[in-house]
Amino acid sequence: MAQTVQTTAPVSTEVLSHPTPLHEFWLAYRANKGALIALAYLVILVLAALLAPLIAPHSPSEQFRDFMLTPPSWMHEGHARFLLGTDELGRDILSRLMHGARLSLMIGLVSVIVSLIPGIALGLLAAFYPGWLGTAIMRLMDIMLALPSLLLAIAIVAVLGPGLVNTMLALSIVTLPSYVRLTRASAMAELSKDYVIAAKLSGAGKVRLMFNTVLPNCMAPLIVQATLGFSSAILDTAALGFLGLGVQPPLPEWGTMLAAARDYIERAWWVVTMPGVTILITVLALNLMGDGLRDALDPKLKRLA
Amino acid sequence: MIRFLLRRIGVVIPTFLGITLLAFSLIHLIPGDPILVMMGERHIDPEFYKLSMQKLGLDQPLYLQYWHYLTHALHGDLGVSVRSQVPVMQEFLTLFPATVELSICAMIFATIVGLGAGIIAAVKRGSVADHGVMGVALAGYSMPIFWWGLILIMVFSVQLGLTPVSGRIDLLYDVTPVTGLMLVDTLLAHDMDAFKSALEHLILPSIVLGTIPMAVIARMTRSSMLEVLREDYIRTARAKGLSTTRIVLVHGLRNALMPVVTVIGLQVGTLLAGAVLTETIFSWPGVGSWLINAIGARDYPVVQGGILLIATLIIFVNLLVDVLYGIINPRIRHAR
Amino acid sequence: MKQMKAGLALASVLALATGASLAAGKTLIYCSEGSPAGFDPARYTAGTDFDASAETVYNRLVEFVPGSTQIRPGLADKWEVSADGRTYTFSLHKGVKFHTTPYFKPTRDFNADDVVFTFARLTDKNLPFNKASNATYPYASDMGMDSNIAKVEKVDPYTVKVTLNKVDAAFLQNIAMSFASVMSAEYADQLLKAGKAEQINTQPIGTGPFIFQAYQKDSVIRYNGNPDYWRKGEVKLDKLIFAITTDPSVRYQKLQKGECQIMSYPRPADLKAMQSNPALKVPSQAGFNLGYVSYNVTHKPLDKVEVRQALDMAINKKAIIDAVYQGAGQLATNPMPPTQWSYNKTLKDAPLDVAKAKALLAKAGLPNGFEITLWAMPVQRPYNPNAKLMAEMIQNDWAKIGVKAKIVTYEWGEYLKRARAGEDDAMLIGWNGDNGDPDNWLGTLLGCEAVDGNNYAKWCQKDFNDLIVKARSLPNQAERTKLYEQAQVIFKREVPFTPVAHSTVYQPMRKEVDGFKISPFGLNSFYGVGLK
Repeated sequence: MAQTVQTTAPVSTEVLSHPTPLHEFWLAYRANKGALIALAYLVILVLAALLAPLIAPHSPSEQFRDFMLTPPSWMHEGHARFLLGTDELGRDILSRLMHGARLSLMIGLVSVIVSLIPGIALGLLAAFYPGWLGTAIMRLMDIMLALPSLLLAIAIVAVLGPGLVNTMLALSIVTLPSYVRLTRASAMAELSKDYVIAAKLSGAGKVRLMFNTVLPNCMAPLIVQATLGFSSAILDTAALGFLGLGVQPPLPEWGTMLAAARDYIERAWWVVTMPGVTILITVLALNLMGDGLRDALDPKLKRLA
Repeated sequence: MIRFLLRRIGVVIPTFLGITLLAFSLIHLIPGDPILVMMGERHIDPEFYKLSMQKLGLDQPLYLQYWHYLTHALHGDLGVSVRSQVPVMQEFLTLFPATVELSICAMIFATIVGLGAGIIAAVKRGSVADHGVMGVALAGYSMPIFWWGLILIMVFSVQLGLTPVSGRIDLLYDVTPVTGLMLVDTLLAHDMDAFKSALEHLILPSIVLGTIPMAVIARMTRSSMLEVLREDYIRTARAKGLSTTRIVLVHGLRNALMPVVTVIGLQVGTLLAGAVLTETIFSWPGVGSWLINAIGARDYPVVQGGILLIATLIIFVNLLVDVLYGIINPRIRHAR
Repeated sequence: MKQMKAGLALASVLALATGASLAAGKTLIYCSEGSPAGFDPARYTAGTDFDASAETVYNRLVEFVPGSTQIRPGLADKWEVSADGRTYTFSLHKGVKFHTTPYFKPTRDFNADDVVFTFARLTDKNLPFNKASNATYPYASDMGMDSNIAKVEKVDPYTVKVTLNKVDAAFLQNIAMSFASVMSAEYADQLLKAGKAEQINTQPIGTGPFIFQAYQKDSVIRYNGNPDYWRKGEVKLDKLIFAITTDPSVRYQKLQKGECQIMSYPRPADLKAMQSNPALKVPSQAGFNLGYVSYNVTHKPLDKVEVRQALDMAINKKAIIDAVYQGAGQLATNPMPPTQWSYNKTLKDAPLDVAKAKALLAKAGLPNGFEITLWAMPVQRPYNPNAKLMAEMIQNDWAKIGVKAKIVTYEWGEYLKRARAGEDDAMLIGWNGDNGDPDNWLGTLLGCEAVDGNNYAKWCQKDFNDLIVKARSLPNQAERTKLYEQAQVIFKREVPFTPVAHSTVYQPMRKEVDGFKISPFGLNSFYGVGLK
């Protein structure tokens, strides 16, 4: 989303009289205050994640064994060195959260991309070949949708074993059907439109038709879905980590941190609260941004909001 | 109508077969086996191991195992739990009411709060109340519910002592299970104290499990309500001088309810997934925690059976929603 | 905060007082850690399963003294051992009644037929009862009972003779274990005739202090006190209820609120708060277990004793006990707990010394260290409350001497299978004593014949093995002790594994609970427990 901000500036100076679609989009997006705040938070989060090795106060795995379970710095027994306190091994929670952001964002990004690309391809295939191929694809998606996504993810992780890569893989498989269905539905709607028929008549090949003609016009709902998919990937990663099936310690994934911290909930509220609040705010921001994007991209819905 | 029904059911059958295959193959791909897990650090005599696998029928070729599984499953026989030697179906049926009771209470909470909040937000559009409600709804929608559960237990049960920590009822009440739904069973036993205890035990888990559906319903109600409020007949009613409350409740709500009902139907999957986490946190004896434990113990028949039953349930509910929708809205029937 | 907690505790005691008046008489609620798989103790290997059946419903011929590893007479009043040590003659207690329940009414007292059936079931695959049920008996097989018991004969209705194939110094200890719980032959016959042999696993009938009443999976087990229990005066409760609560934090919260009176397996992190809570008491006992780091001596460079010594002395055990066990552990030096007879008290740990460890590595030709895998169990075990945390700490310690450890974990069953196959370099594992015999430590964990099994170090050393094989066949405890002490010296020199800790068993309960004894074997039993 940092990209969106950069690209708007040159575009708006280039075309002065007529706002480009991108500029128009930005104006619409900007109107939504919540979405704007969310965007700001996410930019900060991304920066913190990217620069974590440079700006984090400590190494995420360094154990200060004399400072185990130190409360946050503003509390009475707190220590200025550890802004958000330390965990059961004396590791700095703030540093772990910053490094954890790298993991969570990476898992979200990778699982969305790994799911989005085959999802689009399968969805377009299903739309262009509604015969046995389309039916087969859609039946397969029905099967996957018959299980709640978290349960399916748990089952997949049980097969592959817990860990970072397997978590991403499981989450991509789980979210595949939603992209396939969405792509197919929007592609079907586009297929009957005049411009597609015109392109067909002018002799465009199937592949060209799929990717150059139809796909760009299906992107809006897909972008929104991808944003929401990103947030649910972060939530599901945390849930898997919490059940002990996700990313394994000592990696500072937020859900895993939460699971490990659960033992200390009575003695040290901050070890449980900090990762929990971070997950909540991040997911909230992503959802707000998703709402903002949807409103900005889809004028019909915007009217309602 | 019958053709529509048949077509829908025709789609369900291959899906169901796919699920059986999926459940079956998943299990055989999972590393480790029940004997290994049970024996833990202990030594396993190779002969003993062979005998055990044989008793479990795990020494047969895979396709035979699948065929057995499928034919038995179609007769309602999902095999016997490796660990407890109790039929999977029987275990499921004793645990399922607990999940149902929790889900229903969560849904009641979600619907009442969600509808109320959604209506208020729509009517007072743009006000502080609207922003507040929508903010809370969005937060609820983004909630990591396992964390939410921990915090609620910590605050309400441990610090304030207002609600019980876990379980379905105070165990000093010995309630004979009739329906398996604790609220109903205590009423059947005419024990109001026990009923109260069961109700108290349901509060926190219902809130935790109901949080996400509540948020979804609130958002959905608001937007469909806004759409309806713009319709001509509402304007007419307003022009006729009917009171706002009357317009909203009689005309608006009835028409806005349609998409909301669909959403409620579609939340069944979310509920079951949430149940896995909620039941783990509250030691709730339902199918969610049962399934997780079975995966841990590599109890193949339970995992297979559990996945199959949950999937069947969801397929069935979706079919029901579809058909209901088709009955209410004939256009959909013909569109497919 | 503290005041509020005290007020809370008082309120909950009051609530308990009013709540208890609902159920007639004395009811004890025990927050247990999980659902038992069934109620036939011979089929299982875990404490959770034994607590729910062997420790409540059943008795054995010989039993462990509550809270100890010593044995005392159970359903057998006394026994004689033949001169060659292979024949045991048991005289049975008279007038013992099996439970009367809605599903079984005994017509006779306990006698020799029941004992013969009990052992036949464990040893004879072709017994009609075994053919009818789906059961296998893993623990009996693991302890060598199925192969070593040659025959079990009824001499008269109250005398039974057991003949062994070879001398087993630990035989009496073995049959005091849960799997050898005495079943009713009459009940088994009745089930077999009705074609419901499996019911023995869901509706147990025994002679024990509590009568099984009802079980709801993942929720509750209910027992009634046995008014006719043969050990007079031991049953002080009218009802015993297991509230199945899988999460330890939740168990503690329930205990605090008086929703139960005793709980199992507290989290070490909660212990301090428990001890300062005026409504609770937290008796403890040194655990009969050992958590250790095993070195696979078939992998290079762990085959070199210097390397193992270096790794051993680099581990900061004290820090581990503070962080992982939260102080609820005892530093381990020997491959058995100090309460085990024949424990060699003279052995000392090599002092924590990074420089010396580096020197040892250099001597082994590895001055720049090396890389290995360090396996961490995916599950919590009684001897190791948090293997991942322990692994992280050891990783940190080893990094100081230049050894880079990569932490690896697998699903529990897979973990053990791969470890037995020797895929690990170094791994965390442990052991709980089964029967209080030294061979159950040295032979089981380090003997040559266990190389494909529990000897995860794959360490087969001739001098050591000769000593323990010889000790196994001697009847005299003093002579055996000498040999085992020597064996421990060899162990300490060769370091096939680093003993880390014996975790202390804590049993939090409310103050009103009276007479509870902590079992060294990690079981939870309610013999003689009452409420004040």
